[in-house]
Amino acid sequence: MTTACKGFLDEQFLQLEELQDDANPNFVEEVVTLYYRDSARLILNIEQALERNPLDFNKLDSLMHQFKGSSSSIGAKKVKAECTLFREYCRAGNGEGCIRTFQQLKKEYATLKKKLEAYFQLARQVGPAETACRPK
Amino acid sequence: MEIIPFFSIILFLSSPKNPFLDHTHTHHSGKLEISFMEFGATSRKKNKMVNGNQKFRTEITALVVDDDTTNRTIHRRLLQNLGIENQEVRNGKEAIDIHSSGRNFDLILMDMDMPIMNGIEATKQLRAMGIRSTIVGVSTRSMEEKVQEFMEAGLDDYQEKPLTSAKLISILHKMNHNGSV
Repeated sequence: MTTACKGFLDEQFLQLEELQDDANPNFVEEVVTLYYRDSARLILNIEQALERNPLDFNKLDSLMHQFKGSSSSIGAKKVKAECTLFREYCRAGNGEGCIRTFQQLKKEYATLKKKLEAYFQLARQVGPAETACRPK
Repeated sequence: MEIIPFFSIILFLSSPKNPFLDHTHTHHSGKLEISFMEFGATSRKKNKMVNGNQKFRTEITALVVDDDTTNRTIHRRLLQNLGIENQEVRNGKEAIDIHSSGRNFDLILMDMDMPIMNGIEATKQLRAMGIRSTIVGVSTRSMEEKVQEFMEAGLDDYQEKPLTSAKLISILHKMNHNGSV
């Protein structure tokens, strides 16, 4: 789990863990839940924008900028990387590149969600002191 | 007569089993706290210590201006963690409105890209209203010109997202240093 966390999440996630304490025992899970709730809407908007013909690259770039912002706030490393790639394709006016990258992004996004769900479930079982992603 | 080393006395007195020790005392990563002054220290629980032994003034108030819920939640928790009372609004217009209603803050964390009114516009208007609070631009934008435009709108400082405790602490350091609070 630690290795898996390393690839998918960066130091920002550790920062969130550090903000968790007795007064805010579920902070990380709360933030992650918020992220998945809000970003679901963004993803839908991007999907709809990608169905337009011709593509509005400015709009796509703007939507992705937002999505990248909140993804980096929770430390979603791989998702963030796909966002960056998507924006490069936007700037190059490469519609196919955008579509391809977006498919990959959705995969990473879904994979991360599953891993985080498993992580929170584990954390609930063993207690906050022993969470798998935290370095010893 | 052999003089017992002072150190070993302290180690004894600091050991977890010692009945004289305040049991709310926490040990960090196995290191023994050996200061007599920390006996009975319950302040650690109230004012969370960050960055070694630095404690920060807790009279500072802050306003978080950001359209993203996740970011607002994180920034507010970061502020709360440093003992800073804080509020949130969702865009530049709401930031103007809250000031128009008479509320004032020592620190404003201003996002750049927001609907209705963005951070650049909001900063300009706040300065035009005579607001002298410390305004820190917070954004994922790394393009020089946008950051420059943001700074010129009247920012005191700019930090790239995501915000961390370390970045907030450096902001507070600057505030204390400039005496602007």
